Amino acid sequence: MTSAATWGSELRKWWTFFQISLNERLVYRGDFMLGTLMRFLPTLTQIFLWWAIFESLPAAVGGAGGEGGRIAGYRYGDMVAYYLLITISRAFSSMPGLTSGIAKMVRSGELKKYLIQPVDLLTCLLIQRVAHKLVYYLIATVPFALVFFLCRQFFIDGWPSAEVLAVFAMSLVLSFLLGFFLEACLGLVSFWLLEVTSLAFIYMLMNFLLSGHMFPLDLLPEWSRWLVDCLPLKYLAYFPAAVFLGKVEGEAMYWGLLIEAAWVLFFVVLSAFLWTRGLVRYSGFGG
Amino acid sequence: MSIIEIENLCKSYRVYQKKEGVWAGIRGLFHREYREVAAVRGVNLRVESGEFVAFLGPNGAGKTTTLKLLSGVITPTSGTVSVMGFVPWHRDDAYRRRFALVMGQKNQLWWDLPATDSFRLHQHIYNIPGAVFERTRDELTEMLDVRHLLGQPVRELSLGERMKMELIAALLHSPEMLFLDEPTIGLDVVAQHKIQQFLKHYQNQRRTTILLTSHYMKDIAALCKRVVVIANGSIHYDGSLAGIIDRFSGDKVVTLQLDERTDFASVAKLPGSVEIEPPRIKFRVPRDEVARVLGELLDRYQVTDVIVEDPPLEEVIASMFLEAAQQEPELVGAANGRPTR
Repeated sequence: MTSAATWGSELRKWWTFFQISLNERLVYRGDFMLGTLMRFLPTLTQIFLWWAIFESLPAAVGGAGGEGGRIAGYRYGDMVAYYLLITISRAFSSMPGLTSGIAKMVRSGELKKYLIQPVDLLTCLLIQRVAHKLVYYLIATVPFALVFFLCRQFFIDGWPSAEVLAVFAMSLVLSFLLGFFLEACLGLVSFWLLEVTSLAFIYMLMNFLLSGHMFPLDLLPEWSRWLVDCLPLKYLAYFPAAVFLGKVEGEAMYWGLLIEAAWVLFFVVLSAFLWTRGLVRYSGFGG
Repeated sequence: MSIIEIENLCKSYRVYQKKEGVWAGIRGLFHREYREVAAVRGVNLRVESGEFVAFLGPNGAGKTTTLKLLSGVITPTSGTVSVMGFVPWHRDDAYRRRFALVMGQKNQLWWDLPATDSFRLHQHIYNIPGAVFERTRDELTEMLDVRHLLGQPVRELSLGERMKMELIAALLHSPEMLFLDEPTIGLDVVAQHKIQQFLKHYQNQRRTTILLTSHYMKDIAALCKRVVVIANGSIHYDGSLAGIIDRFSGDKVVTLQLDERTDFASVAKLPGSVEIEPPRIKFRVPRDEVARVLGELLDRYQVTDVIVEDPPLEEVIASMFLEAAQQEPELVGAANGRPTR
């Protein structure tokens, strides 16, 4: 077989896999619709909380209603815009069920399917995830657009430039890949630990605090910023939002993108390594 | 060259030994004790192309482990295996395109989608040309009588129907080598029979080499000319099913139906009587004494009917398993070690 024909058949294989994953996801559209709406509830709480905080600022600095009040450089509007943007980056980077799914496959032996068929597990999972995300965006676009339209006045500085938008979009795509490979690595640890629930919990907690999911990372005291800068977590939520809001600009924006890409590469390599080593162990011990 | 060549195959697992109680559990956090369990020890086997071979053995005998080794899911501790010239655990795509494994207790189809979607995926995974795929699929669905179920989500199928779909999915790429791990487990008699018939017909037609493990003697009697008995990880018998009785049971069962007026209490005292349900009485008699004993009985009693038969296969096999277990108390090597390698 020529290599072109091989590529053709590989492509057809993955395309079919993609379509089937899409079909599978559409089975659960009702659940998705609800899930999407629920996603905005915590955001709403945050918005009210910050409104109260800005309200309580001394009048001299300007309250929530005023333009002048700032916390770590954020006006009230910026803050609301930040949380709305976080829902977008999280829609790309969060991978519900990936870690636990891999662990379950290892434990239950479902993994065998991928060992006896000429397919690669990580590629399958990635394609499946892309399909799931696409279905999600398809369904979530309307509620997202509605919420953003209703909240348009909070985007005080208006729509960013095309350049910033392009970087924003790229950072989102990378955050999807980063989230995927990072959580895949956590799942693959189950070759050694079997039970990764607590590991996943620690990750979730760290992610919540240090990715910018709970609050803008600019609020962290100066001395702790280096920690966040050393970790890949901020690219999962904070970075795309910060780009959009102009908190990271110019050269720094491109550097950020580059570092994010490097993290993706790191976790791609790590996951491939864990997969190979894990299989040696799996096939040597359990199966 | 045989299609399967197994030489001195051994596989041991390391199993974590947890002692009872909370304190033992806490100690286990720091120091773990492991036990080596030899699941397969020194198996030698050759299978020729086109054979239909059954693996028979009690739970935990090493049947499934052997199938896992042959399908490349696990690597052996020692020994060599060649299937169609491949080393299974290298997991070459070329090898993986030429065999299939069906496990009665595992599901390979997409749960929420109709089986037809899974089939289409298999078409592309195994690179089956469109026309060939459609022909094979139609043929198999016809044979198993499930055409009308193709559009139904797999989760809504009955166990029997699902098993049929699993088989179809596994056979779409016309594997030369098929491993079946308890394909009829949990199925009702009708579904079991249907699947037996199908496998028989399919194997006759295609001459696919099939290895099957099952606990149902009926499966094996209906399908396999050759039976390999595995107990305690090694092969105890390799031959025909009928040969098991010849080899492992020197007895025949003689059933007499006696006249109603017979003194059953005295008959019951005769040596070798195993079951008395007047007017019937059953004896177990060594094979070479059947003629003599029967002659004596016919002389002494009013006999209205006689049946001489082999003891039930299940019974022979059960006693053979028991014997195997007593012969070799499980070789256990206690090993202390750290939780990870």
